[in-house]
Parts: sequence; C-alpha cells; structure tokens
Amino acid sequence: MTDPTLLVGLGGVAGALARHLVGERVEEATYDTLAVNVLGSFVLGMLVAAPVGSDLLLLAGTGFCGAFTTFSSFAYETVRLAESGRVQRAVLNATVNLVGALAAVGLGALVAGAV
Amino acid sequence: MRERLRRLEPLFLIAAGGFVGAALRFAVAEALPSSALPWGTLAANVAGAFLLSILLYENRFVGALSPETRLVVGTGFCSSFTTYSTFAVETAALAGLPGVATGASLPLLAVANVAVNYVLGFAAIGLGQVVARVLA
Repeated sequence: MTDPTLLVGLGGVAGALARHLVGERVEEATYDTLAVNVLGSFVLGMLVAAPVGSDLLLLAGTGFCGAFTTFSSFAYETVRLAESGRVQRAVLNATVNLVGALAAVGLGALVAGAV
Repeated sequence: MRERLRRLEPLFLIAAGGFVGAALRFAVAEALPSSALPWGTLAANVAGAFLLSILLYENRFVGALSPETRLVVGTGFCSSFTTYSTFAVETAALAGLPGVATGASLPLLAVANVAVNYVLGFAAIGLGQVVARVLA
C-alpha cells in the first residue's frame, strides 16, 4: 500500500501537465476547459465503475482526472462571459459543462461495464 | 543546458503546483467528516475559485505578480485543487446512476450539490474580484 497522498499528488502532476498540453488559455477560450472537463469525467466514470484497485483509483482517478479537470477556470470563464454582457453564453457554458460531464460519466460507466 | 532548463521551467512550475493542489484536495476531503453531500470537493472548488479569481483579476487590474506565479498558483495549484470530474461523478452517484452510485438514489441532493457548487463557485469569483480591486 503506497501512501495515498503521494499517489494523488503524482497523479495531480500528470493531470496538470496534460491539461496544460491541451492548451488551457484561461480567459474566454472556454472550449479547452470544456474539453478537459468532459474528457476527464469520461475517464473518471470509467475508473469508478471498473473493478480497479484503490491505488489506481487514487493515482488515475482522484489524482490525474481530478487535476486534469478544473472547476476554478470554468467558474472564472463563466463569470467573465456574464460580466462582458454575454449572459446567454455564460448560461450555455455552465449548462454544457454540466450536461457534458454528467453524460461523459454515464458513458464511461457504461463502457467500463461492457468491457 | 541553461536554455533547455529555461524552456522546461513552466512545466516544473505547473507540476509542483499540480502535486500540491491534488494532494491538498485529497487531504481536505479526508479531513472533513463524511456525509451525504461531498463537502470536500465543494470546499476545494469554492476556495480554489476564490484564489484563482484574485490571481487573474490582479493580472487584469495591476499585473504586479509574475507569470511564474500565475503558472504555479493558477495553472498548477488552483486548477488541480479544484475539480470538475470528481464533482460530476459525485453528483451522478447521488442521482443513483448505475455503475457509480454508492448508496440510495438521492436526486434532490444531486441537484443541491450542483446548485451549491455553482452558486458558491461563481460567488467566489465575484468575491475574488472585489479583493483584487481593493488590493490594487
């Protein structure tokens, strides 16, 4: 049994670097954030539904997926949209992230169950 | 050698922030008493959004902090401390989604989880802006 905090931290390193590679531009380029949030939710849905051990779940799930996806950038970008008068786009951004991530979790769990 | 290190510096900064952010999110979730609502993720999302907001509005208003600070604290720490995937899985689990549900289906609590994360998360961005303006 490896130290859980170390596993989560190491997964977090990989998740943060992978998010950076996807090209996070924290401003109003909200598609990058949407992409990592939906993709990371799909993988986490798969990991949670699959019979993976607790070590892998901490490393790849809580660590990698948790760090790859982001709530803070999502919240900032959504508020910036509303602030600049694009309220409809802000609402759309909040909705699409939520519906997309939840659907991705369901799809991930479905894929894990089928394998 | 020095040139190569310089180009790798942003990656080291993001990696360091990412390690601390993810590990601290886990520690916060472990430290909080377990209950039906996932408080750990909520606390991390709201606190991380507040810190990121101060950082990014500071950059808009003043710009005194270095790009390195934004990389290690913003892209590294805040974005790894906060999480959308864990929030989504916990919400789906509360709603009783097959494969991820851990207990009884509690649709109202799932809706409440989304509402508190969204409302408090957006409020934290607004509050961070106020703090950045006061400090400016």
